[in-house]
Amino acid sequence: MAEELPKPEPQADSADIPLLRIDAVVKNFGGFRAVDRLSLDIRAGEFFALLGPSGCGKTTLLRMLAGFEMPDEGRILLDGRDIAPVLPHQRPVNMMFQNYALFPHLTVRDNIAFGLRRARAPRSGSDTRVAEMIALVKLEGLENRKPDQLSGGQKQRVALARSLARRPKLLLLDEPLAALDKKLRERTQLELMELQRRLGMTFVIVTHDQEEAMTVAHRIGVMDAGRLEQVATPRELYEAPSSRWIAEFVGDINMFEGQVASREPNRVAISTTEAGTVLVAEPRQPITKTIVAVAVRPEKVKLSRHAPAPDMADGHAINRLEGVVTDVSYLGGLTTYKVKLDSGAVLRSSIANTARLDLDAFSASQRVVAWFTPEDCVVLQQ
Amino acid sequence: MSARRIFTRPARLAAIAQPPYLPVFDLTQGLAGIKAALLALSLDNFKLLVSDNLYVLSYLRSLVVAVVSTSILLLIGYPIAYGMARLPKRWQGVAMMLVIVPFWTSFLIRIYAWINILQHDGLLNKILLALHLVSTPVVWLSTDSAMYLGIVYSYLPFMILPLYATLAKMDPALLEAAADLGASPRRAFWLVTFPLSLPGVGAGALLCFIPIVGEFVIPDLLAGSNSMMIGQTLWLEFFTNKDWPVASAAALVLLVLLVAPLLCYDRLQRRQLEEAR
Repeated sequence: MAEELPKPEPQADSADIPLLRIDAVVKNFGGFRAVDRLSLDIRAGEFFALLGPSGCGKTTLLRMLAGFEMPDEGRILLDGRDIAPVLPHQRPVNMMFQNYALFPHLTVRDNIAFGLRRARAPRSGSDTRVAEMIALVKLEGLENRKPDQLSGGQKQRVALARSLARRPKLLLLDEPLAALDKKLRERTQLELMELQRRLGMTFVIVTHDQEEAMTVAHRIGVMDAGRLEQVATPRELYEAPSSRWIAEFVGDINMFEGQVASREPNRVAISTTEAGTVLVAEPRQPITKTIVAVAVRPEKVKLSRHAPAPDMADGHAINRLEGVVTDVSYLGGLTTYKVKLDSGAVLRSSIANTARLDLDAFSASQRVVAWFTPEDCVVLQQ
Repeated sequence: MSARRIFTRPARLAAIAQPPYLPVFDLTQGLAGIKAALLALSLDNFKLLVSDNLYVLSYLRSLVVAVVSTSILLLIGYPIAYGMARLPKRWQGVAMMLVIVPFWTSFLIRIYAWINILQHDGLLNKILLALHLVSTPVVWLSTDSAMYLGIVYSYLPFMILPLYATLAKMDPALLEAAADLGASPRRAFWLVTFPLSLPGVGAGALLCFIPIVGEFVIPDLLAGSNSMMIGQTLWLEFFTNKDWPVASAAALVLLVLLVAPLLCYDRLQRRQLEEAR
């Protein structure tokens, strides 16, 4: 393979064709359908996350992109070219493996150089490239170590450098940070973002950690049972989930089933059994179903001792629910409360601890009013 | 009979047992006896080993047979072990069983079975004649080919098992990583699989090489009588010539020859242990 490795340059979105087009791809394992007619476009220069519970097919999809699995149906187009017949070792795609898959008998330097030597690049060119990669992931001084002599974080860097060395058009990352501890993971997430931005490469990351996906990715595709449930930016995903399942999968949420009671301009009243009538803002997508769910994120639910004064609501309608605090969890940055409503339902509220000495904190068995605005509610139809 | 009588009256004992052995020192003579025994020590028997090319040729033949057999074993054993390691998990146990099954029959009986197969009117010649591949029976038995066949057959499990152990524990993701980085399946084998299986190659080779050097039964039963391996020469010295001093010297030299590969094996294992830690 004597192909010229592409230079990292800011990707111009000149062409309308996406870098990667996944078109109605199906993959079965025996009788089990791992990927179910999935279609997705990924643009050049994008950091895309595939998020989903284990067994949802996200890793299978990634392995099809790398060429380790063949789609049973559908096409995968890279730069407009069907890559189905291209063998893994001939694809301009590189992968960072979940447990790194570093070659134990090779040094850090030889691991990183492995792909470059296969490309039959001149030796001197590959040497400078390796040095560049080592500097990029800050592994100077460890070039001659074997993988066994590295810490988890260092191994992760070697794996990253190895997969970046060939300047792939598309870098696939399979749970790249799962083996790191929390602090290191958070730091590495930021480094990954920075690296992706600097190199202008297209990254596709598979993760089951939604915080990770939201931190690093421009767009997130949430998968369940082999299908993409929603593809959206992190903010959209969190604030405008497309279904009940997504709403519950991403973050915490309070959800009440109900039906549309009345409609006014910009206001829809939904009558629920657990939270009474809830006023919501008219959603962008018109409500077509009669049975819907009203959802509100815990941090949008405020608590007060007394019903908020009219001036506080500033004339706008707000939803007020009365109940008793049953549970207080102090988490440092915020405190989460569970409020048992008079209907018996439990409402969760999380409140940022903005002051060090909070004399107004609520305590268990205290009677409170929980309130939130119609704009804070999401109407879920699916 | 008391110990004292053994030492004081060797002549009478000789009459009963016809020993190939005589006391090398006489306790009844005290220190003088020990001194006499020490003075009697000499390297003459070692000199004999070098001067008579029977011994040198035996050692050489043993080494050549061991090197050739070990190479054949590697060439046959590696693909088998590799294939076993790539079988689906549930079939690996079955394959392992098949490799071990011959051990359920005595080694000696299996070699005799080969004699049955290879002899003049044996199974092999009968089949060849029936298929009209040959017109007269072929001489298989008492040839070097028969001996190599017997050795390879007997030692194959010792080659396969350590190879299989190293190949089976290799992470399949490593081969995917190699492919991902542009290595064709063949290159991936030589760049990743083979180097990582070297400890198994070493263990299997030594496990076969060392006992083959000293092998006695297989060459004795299957090979011709025109050249001998050192094991056969030793047997001859001990039991036919009854020249124990020469036999002892020959055995000692064999031991020294084998200590070198044994030390290699030991070092290899220690390194593996260190790497595993």
